[in-house]
Amino acid sequence: MTALKAAQETARDRDRAAGHSAAHAGDRGPLVGQPIPRIEDAALLTGAGRYGDDLPVKPGTLHAAILRSPHAHAELLGIDPSAALALPGVAAVVTGAEARRFASPFLVGVKAPMEHWCLAVDRVRYLGEPVAVVLAEDRYLAEDALDRVAVRYRPLAAVMSVEQAADPASELLHPTVGSNIVNTRSFTYGEPGRVLAAAEHRVALTVHYPRNSCTPMECFVVLADYDPAEDSYEVLSNFSGPFAVHPVMARALNVPGSRLRLRSPPHSGGSFGNKQAVFPYIVLMGVCARAAGRPVKWVEDRLEHLMAATSATGRRVDLEAAVAPDGKVLALSLRQTEDCGAYLRAPEPASLYRNHGNLTGAYCIPHLAVVNRIAVTNKTPSGLNRGFGGGQLYFGLERLMDRIARTLGLDPLDVIRRNLVPASAMPYTTASGGLLDSGDFPATLEEAVERGGLAALRARRDAARAEGRLYGIGYAAVVEPSISNMGYITTVLTAEERRKAGPKNGAQASATVAVDPTGGVSVSVASVPQGQGHRTVLAQVVADVLGLRFEDIRVVTDFDTAKDAWSIAAGNYSSRFAGAVAGTAHLAATKLRDRLARLAAGQLNAPAGEIRFAGGKVFAAGNPENALSFSRLAAAGHWAPGTLPDGQEAALRETVFWTPEPLKAPTDGDHINSSACYGFIFDFCGVEVDRVTGQVRIDRYVTMHDAGRILNPLLMEGQILGGFSQAVGVALYEEYAYGADGRFLSGTFADYLVPTAVEVPVPVILHRESPSPVTPLGAKGAGEGNNMSTPVCIANAVADALGVDTVSLPLTPSRVAAVIHGAEPPRPAGAAVQAPRVSALPATTPDGRGMKGEGSRAVPVPPEQVWAILLDPKELAALLPGCEALQLAGPNTYRAEVVVGIGPVRGRYTAEVALSDLDPPNALTLTGSGSSALGTGRGTGRVRLERTAEGTLVHYAYTAEVGGKVAAVGGRMLDSAARLLIGQFFDRLIGRAGGPATPAGRPRGQPGLLDRLLRLLGIRR
Amino acid sequence: MPIMNADTRHPVTITLNGRSRTGHAHPRMLLSDFLRHELGAHGTRVGCEHGVCGACTVRIDGVAQRTCLTLAVQADGRRVDTVEGLAPEGRMTALQEAFRRHHALQCGFCTAGILMSLSDYLERVPRPTEGELRDMLSGHLCRCTGYAGIVRAVMDVTGASTEVADV
Amino acid sequence: MKPAAFDYLRPASVAEALAALARGGEDARVVAGGQSLMPMLNMRLVQPRLLVDLSRLEELRRLDSRDGWLEVGAAVTQSELMARSTLAEEVPLLAAALPWVGHFQTRNRGTVCGSVAHADPSAEIPLCLVALRGQVLLRSARARRAVPAESFFLGPLTTVKAADEIIEAVRFPLRGSGTGYAFREVAMRHGDFAITACAAVADAHVLRLAVGGVADRPTARDWPFLFGAAMDEALNAFAWDLGGDDDQHATAAYRRTLVRGVGRAVIEEALSCR
Repeated sequence: MTALKAAQETARDRDRAAGHSAAHAGDRGPLVGQPIPRIEDAALLTGAGRYGDDLPVKPGTLHAAILRSPHAHAELLGIDPSAALALPGVAAVVTGAEARRFASPFLVGVKAPMEHWCLAVDRVRYLGEPVAVVLAEDRYLAEDALDRVAVRYRPLAAVMSVEQAADPASELLHPTVGSNIVNTRSFTYGEPGRVLAAAEHRVALTVHYPRNSCTPMECFVVLADYDPAEDSYEVLSNFSGPFAVHPVMARALNVPGSRLRLRSPPHSGGSFGNKQAVFPYIVLMGVCARAAGRPVKWVEDRLEHLMAATSATGRRVDLEAAVAPDGKVLALSLRQTEDCGAYLRAPEPASLYRNHGNLTGAYCIPHLAVVNRIAVTNKTPSGLNRGFGGGQLYFGLERLMDRIARTLGLDPLDVIRRNLVPASAMPYTTASGGLLDSGDFPATLEEAVERGGLAALRARRDAARAEGRLYGIGYAAVVEPSISNMGYITTVLTAEERRKAGPKNGAQASATVAVDPTGGVSVSVASVPQGQGHRTVLAQVVADVLGLRFEDIRVVTDFDTAKDAWSIAAGNYSSRFAGAVAGTAHLAATKLRDRLARLAAGQLNAPAGEIRFAGGKVFAAGNPENALSFSRLAAAGHWAPGTLPDGQEAALRETVFWTPEPLKAPTDGDHINSSACYGFIFDFCGVEVDRVTGQVRIDRYVTMHDAGRILNPLLMEGQILGGFSQAVGVALYEEYAYGADGRFLSGTFADYLVPTAVEVPVPVILHRESPSPVTPLGAKGAGEGNNMSTPVCIANAVADALGVDTVSLPLTPSRVAAVIHGAEPPRPAGAAVQAPRVSALPATTPDGRGMKGEGSRAVPVPPEQVWAILLDPKELAALLPGCEALQLAGPNTYRAEVVVGIGPVRGRYTAEVALSDLDPPNALTLTGSGSSALGTGRGTGRVRLERTAEGTLVHYAYTAEVGGKVAAVGGRMLDSAARLLIGQFFDRLIGRAGGPATPAGRPRGQPGLLDRLLRLLGIRR
Repeated sequence: MPIMNADTRHPVTITLNGRSRTGHAHPRMLLSDFLRHELGAHGTRVGCEHGVCGACTVRIDGVAQRTCLTLAVQADGRRVDTVEGLAPEGRMTALQEAFRRHHALQCGFCTAGILMSLSDYLERVPRPTEGELRDMLSGHLCRCTGYAGIVRAVMDVTGASTEVADV
Repeated sequence: MKPAAFDYLRPASVAEALAALARGGEDARVVAGGQSLMPMLNMRLVQPRLLVDLSRLEELRRLDSRDGWLEVGAAVTQSELMARSTLAEEVPLLAAALPWVGHFQTRNRGTVCGSVAHADPSAEIPLCLVALRGQVLLRSARARRAVPAESFFLGPLTTVKAADEIIEAVRFPLRGSGTGYAFREVAMRHGDFAITACAAVADAHVLRLAVGGVADRPTARDWPFLFGAAMDEALNAFAWDLGGDDDQHATAAYRRTLVRGVGRAVIEEALSCR
């Protein structure tokens, strides 16, 4: 029976039994472990949820809109907000000057002189970087004013890959650092060099993991206020933690942590780590509230989120393994280069170090060499994202295992089997210092093979192949770390640097359990749930301890740094809830119960050790008839403290801080147990690839989890299904794509492709339970595993289906089809003659920087006359599409006002146009650049005039780069739009030269057609 | 009808979950903003404001559609039904109960829109196949559930079985 | 992400709408379902001074077949057309293509004519209109005219419709006897813009293949009967003529691959269901 089915029955039973209300611990065994539906749902299903944007604001609150850089990389020369300030309803425009006045740069996790401010101060380093904030009476007015803020930039070359970043000649993002590789660390565990040199087989592989993110449905929300009398900030935001970032925010606002009060709303629309990245905006809105002297509200919109919120790191991994003939891996070398984007934003470079203790995955590999390099590129800064660092690591490691099998002619499953850590070695200390705490990996794998029906799947593959279909099977075995060691990030520092900075370790969780005078129990934790169902699980845990009904426990999860018990590890990340937070709540409830037991002991004349709590009663184990009600006992602590036994404090509230014992600081040898627990996952799947279209269909997916003790199977299943769905996106659809020129291409939900109900299959989910010896309840994290295992499992299956060595994510039909179909049939001779377009068909190239194209058009006058037209400013003004004014700015240089448009989409550009490389009357180069609220554009065209019998054949070749909004949301049509505009230029040139206004290839007989087209495009009125 | 001036807030009256409600809106105000911030009906969520994610779906004159792609002034005089109207007096519908049983929601941000689409769709197609249902659901993005619980909840309520066998 | 300010008119008649458009010129825009226009307004890619709302005009809700055409008025939604019980008999290609248009929720509001006016090169309805040699009925305060679909589309988001004109209706020819139709598309996800969409029409004499998503507008080509390698050659030539561009989801070469592969499949399907 699935957990879902069991839940359904449990819920029905419960509803039948007592109209929603009776579920005593003890009635049906403990609540923990049961698939209990959620407390949270009643509000969320009826529209009564209270998310950040639903909460009331103070009177006079200003609404913020953020002006963002349209350039990936540019110097910021100046900002003129005067036109924006002149609009009615606009209260203030905040720029880098205010940031400098009221804030400091954010702390950076490596020893490198990089300044990251909440607003750009002298340079922009990624497209979408905040440049200014407009504060107005409402959001509509604030956005109106954005378009009126004039910003001058000097564009710089963009660094768009880790390979470019590693090139010493690349434009430096942070010149004071001196390199775009801002940190390099090498680690040697055992003798990897010797073993590799002596190996019978060496198998190497290079993989690239793309940028993507889990994109929660709710975007960021910040409500900020500043109190000058107290010099303190009060912020409400859907920040998800880790609260290690709270000191970073307080430092940036130049106040101690006690003067940055940060609260969270009761509900959050998902995070998956991403809501960590709201923190720079908390600081930014704090600065805005202070500068404006009024409260400020900002709600991130989806375009902002996709463009500039956060991203998983991109990573290049160069792997090499020393392998015995039977497939046993003897040594592993990993050379990882992390694309952290434009700034190392806290807690980065954590993505690269989160898995340092489990770099060898589920395998017994004693010799390990690691080189970790951190690159900065002109992309959105990276941050927390479900599976944090694991998807990147395992995409390399599990592709390597697959490659080893292929290279040695072995079954990939046998290679995995041969390398798994044996049960007898548990708990197992990895080469790099991780302590794999529990589990029997080989038995778990065999159980999955058996129960998941691998034999049948293999038969299915064989049958499909016999019919000539493309069918493949993939595998992945991973360990899933949970409860991050706060010290792992310091592995990026050398031992010497760590000694100077002081030790960092542990993962403190806190929980408070209190009883009120009526016997009601409330629980609060420093966790900030993001939709998982923490309130439900905590109620299960605490009700069990206190012998109460599930419904008797009130769990409060809106968090307040000024009032709740918390430490830096607080927050909702690194799968720490089940192991650390629920465990700590269990400890706090137990501590409270033990106190209550001592109180009851006197009244019941029994030793405290024999007091039991069950069914809402408190009684001695040997005499259940002599019972107190729980509420009466609780009331005593409030109403009659004088009657308490000597030395007893009232048992009203207990707060417990707990940290996992095995989490130490890195050793001088750089060994680090980076997480408290490690679950085990083994996945396999069958996929079929369409021979014509290259589309990948997941035929069957089996995922086996051992995450220790399961607290609520229904919710755990939900976590696995959700992570799996996101991983299907990573494998097949999702990528934050950029052009080589720095333009961002995935700016809408029509371009960043989150899978829908049609694309996501239901996996077969299997479980084993090997309780963790580390956590109070034996639970481990389970929510991130499939984000780590599933992308590579699907990739391995596709590689198997195609019979190829190299596959790259996402496995789009276009990429897959390119492998299937190979070289394209050539263009038949004469094909272009029938082209539906004007006389030549410009082609773009996939490799290039932005767009490229070329073509030629016949103009019915000799070259000298064409030349004269091009060189005459009046004529040139008439030729440029949408040119409304053209003024001479220098020799053959003009400043132009141009309205460029395609259909209804129009932008007013202030452009610079220049003619150069003049070779009269044969050739010239026409360049233009401009910017508008829609974005930026730059283009260069080489024009060559060839004399013909009919006049002139004008040849042209252009390159163009488009950035900003129009590129981010309209990438699909940019090339054809460019051609349309070039077509217009030549139509007009031919018209000026006295030729027919209707170009060849277009239907004739419709007078005024071109005129109407040009009018539509805003070129003629 | 005269032209509504861009700079003026115009009265807009809708029948919201059976009750007449009037607020004021500039012509450009989105219905999603009008419902949430002018009328205080926060149950409708905003997830993308470009018509892809489906979180803001409500029924207008019974038909499920996106409020982020509708102007408040366009809804004037129409009946608008939102998630708040599904369960009057706190008694959840069979579908809402099934969502709870099947863990068809986690963060809940997409849920209101999905429920409103379903309330229209299931009136037109009372017993969809799983394929038909998934086709309809593809107009909504959910990041938490992988859609499995949603599909099972609907199939449970309509009495149909899912195509994927239980393990 | 909020629209720039505009005036709004809900006209009581088509005549009132046309008069407003004549006055508003380039700065006026028509909205019916708004499923293409509203995202562009929200993103401020389009900033009209006046929005003229046709969605409540009863005169534009005509949906009937006569004189060999199925005529669909400007206020008819995609859902309403899909729900027409006789559609599969009348215009089978459209019945096959409509489920691919957006999603249930957007079809509930998006209009058939709005999709034609928007002229997305990947859109299904313009593709069907071109494949079937339909007509676009334009009307302004000055005049009415009928434009053949193949000359209506000029490029991405660009048509021959003047700023003061509305699409009053579009016309699809009714099914021809002995004619087969087929439609298929490949998109990244269900409901996405097509990477490539193919519509085939086959009768006793001519094969006609229309392709969306490759060139800058839906484009059709006719052949006499072709078989085997000749058909492959013809499709290859057509694919190269269509050209196509790279974007982040698909290369131009992939689009051409689909013209060859999916194009062949729809032609065979159309032939088989004549």
